Amino acid sequence: MKAFSELLDRLVFTPRRSVKLRLIQNYFSHTEDPDRGWALAALTGQLRFPGAKPAIIRALTETRIDPVLFRWSYDYVGDLAETVALVWPAQPGINHEPRLAEVADLLQGASRSEVPGLLEAWLDGLDPTGRWALLKLITGGLRVGVSERLAKTAVAAFGNQEVATIEELWHGLEPPYLDLFSWLEGRGDPPAVDESAAFRPLMLSHAVEEAELEQLDLESFVAEWKWDGIRAQLVARNGESRLFSRNGEDISPSFPDLLAEVDFDAVLDGELLVAFNGHVASFNDLQQRLGRKAPSAKQFRDYPAHLKVYDLLVEAGEDLRPLPFIERRRRLERWFARLQPERMDLSDIVPIMDVEQLIRLRREARATGVEGLMLKRASSPYLAGRPKGHWFKFKRDPHTADAVLMYAQRGHGRRSSYYSDYTFGAWNEEGALVPIGKAYSGFTDAELKRLDKWVRDNTVDRFGPVRAVKPGLVLEVAFDAVQPSKRHKSGIALRFPRIARIRWDKPIAEAEQLETLRNLIS
Amino acid sequence: MKREAHPENWLQITPQGLYCRPGDFFIDPHRPVERAVITHGHADHARPDHHRVLATAETLAIIQTRYGDRAGHSFQALKYGESIELGETRVRLVPAGHVLGSAQVVVEWGGWRVVVSGDYKRRRDPTCAPFEVVPCDVFVTEATFALPVFRHPPDAEEIHRLLHSVSVFPERSHLVGVYALGKAQRVIRLLREAGWDRPLFIHGALRPLCELYEALGVGLGELRVATEARGEDLAGEILLAPPSALADRWSRRFADPLPAVASGWMRVRQRARQRNVELPLIISDHADWQELTRTLEEVQAPEVWVTHGSEEALIHWCRLRGIRGRALSLIGRGEEEQEEVV
Repeated sequence: MKAFSELLDRLVFTPRRSVKLRLIQNYFSHTEDPDRGWALAALTGQLRFPGAKPAIIRALTETRIDPVLFRWSYDYVGDLAETVALVWPAQPGINHEPRLAEVADLLQGASRSEVPGLLEAWLDGLDPTGRWALLKLITGGLRVGVSERLAKTAVAAFGNQEVATIEELWHGLEPPYLDLFSWLEGRGDPPAVDESAAFRPLMLSHAVEEAELEQLDLESFVAEWKWDGIRAQLVARNGESRLFSRNGEDISPSFPDLLAEVDFDAVLDGELLVAFNGHVASFNDLQQRLGRKAPSAKQFRDYPAHLKVYDLLVEAGEDLRPLPFIERRRRLERWFARLQPERMDLSDIVPIMDVEQLIRLRREARATGVEGLMLKRASSPYLAGRPKGHWFKFKRDPHTADAVLMYAQRGHGRRSSYYSDYTFGAWNEEGALVPIGKAYSGFTDAELKRLDKWVRDNTVDRFGPVRAVKPGLVLEVAFDAVQPSKRHKSGIALRFPRIARIRWDKPIAEAEQLETLRNLIS
Repeated sequence: MKREAHPENWLQITPQGLYCRPGDFFIDPHRPVERAVITHGHADHARPDHHRVLATAETLAIIQTRYGDRAGHSFQALKYGESIELGETRVRLVPAGHVLGSAQVVVEWGGWRVVVSGDYKRRRDPTCAPFEVVPCDVFVTEATFALPVFRHPPDAEEIHRLLHSVSVFPERSHLVGVYALGKAQRVIRLLREAGWDRPLFIHGALRPLCELYEALGVGLGELRVATEARGEDLAGEILLAPPSALADRWSRRFADPLPAVASGWMRVRQRARQRNVELPLIISDHADWQELTRTLEEVQAPEVWVTHGSEEALIHWCRLRGIRGRALSLIGRGEEEQEEVV
């Protein structure tokens, strides 16, 4: 546990990616199995300990320290794991420091009533950094600035492999990854790829702006609509079929209606949408289906899942990824014409004439379900990751609205002393401000300082970490769409809102009317 | 011991600061006064332009180094333990263990004894005399780190973490943010004790006080002014600077600088991250939670006045133990300490 907690502690304070990679690789080289495998599982977010709830940790801590002092400490620190790690009174003489593998093993099998006993003994045996790492680990979400992909990149570099190779194997691997490490150290064979339903790492695109379009040789590109759903990969082989999100997360349980229709042998790349008889519904409708472990019959009926297919990676066991895009597309069209699978259709090819036409198409691409255009180089093979110069996304411009700052909340992480999360509103028919959304990005550090000061100077009320401010500051907010919302009093919600500009100059009376925004609901 | 002679009737907060009426003097006033008793040389306790200044010889030397002509009109040095009469009161200074020359002020009048401890810590510090426990009727304590989350680890461990980082990243310059008075010299001495005998490179702002410490008998080994060396030659070296210089243009000249800060605030990770510190070193000249509560137990004062910091938590702790605790709001304290002094 010591090496793992020191690793996390260093990662938290390390801003640079290259140094993070070095720290993780260094950890893998100096740590034994199975601990390092459990660390990899933690860094890639594979560990879940449903029995270890924050409430249990809080209750346990209050048996050891005065609840008032604990509450004030928590208010001050703002993070439960860190607070408990720091206030936990050391027990002189107790020094059994658990191994990471011991923690993972015991906790996975533990019932809810066994968790406090295990935790208490471990907290007594660890130093403050160890306690912090333990609590971060079991409450989920390490938040040490390491993405799943960065962790995989580090383990790949540790064994001199490409990260795509690791990603391809990944689905068939289980913590603590003994076979993976054995192979990476040259002691064993590569782990077998689970052919039946392995995730193939996706090919991703770069954003392109109008000005850059001129530099592209458009004749060598093929255009498609950019669909406003979620990217998905459908893998079907030997009668088994699975649906993966763009990160390789298995989302099959949420979409049995789509998978029920599958009776082929192929790997498809496409956009997951909700559609009625081929008519694509809004992203808001799709959201009703995301993250549901066991969707109801009503949800199947009201929000039927649909796959817009745009690539064919494997056909009957044959890997098509090395083929040029245009050749894969031909194979896809023939395959689709032959099978005509239910709940699926092909993403149309949009003929390209010139730059002006693309700009016009993008501007007009306000139709439901479309958020711009994709440009794919005809000769490109299917390459994992985000290779340069192959695929481009040409997204439509966001909407903007002038909104009035209403509430501010203290941020997290490096922003925990700043009021950095802003709730803003628009004027309703009665001339009152109602909240329409929340944003916490789109401004510089210098602007954040000024906003933070403004909030402190104009506070009229406080609710825990939230301050209500006197209406007086207009924020120009950019967003991708407006959706109906039952959660907001305004009845609407903005999609991907971010701060475009801070209008220190603008009077609040000139801010947006709610009705204008309501008219944008797609 | 008469009730009407209770210190709350003669030791009071005034616009200039804490005033002792029967002695006609102020303790650490933040505005110029006729007579000031100064606990130690940090700028939030020792202000310029007082008329008569009473303190330890070391503190007087520090004030004179910092303020020059504005240090005061006349000075009176008092040895630790030596007692004198000021007005109707009897006053002596005893070591506070905070920085070189730091003292607690023991004031006696009307059968009551009050100890104004200034800032203090209880652990060993190779640059100053250790804190001395003086049992008293009223103890005035700081509360900078008065929350149970603040438990400073042994300083040798923190110095070891710094040296370990230097060995793991030998191509980088380690820049350690330290307060110019006390922290800088303590970190230097701790590095020497840990066996680091290479020259240490300091920011020009640290030089006058380092020289003064040397002159007062605190050996610091070889120090060089960092800007007199070539930036690329400082890879693998340790540099010390005021914390504000870390984010300043001053730091850009050095080889791939690795920012570290030595402060009690580094205990809380988010605090350290907010300041873009890559290597937080938890080294403080203020008492942590355990030192504070241990001190309150040892001085056995039935009444405790709590100044700058998390007063509430310490007063709550007092209440749980039947000690009468009250907050004493001293203007001008704390803000600066929050960021720099510790």
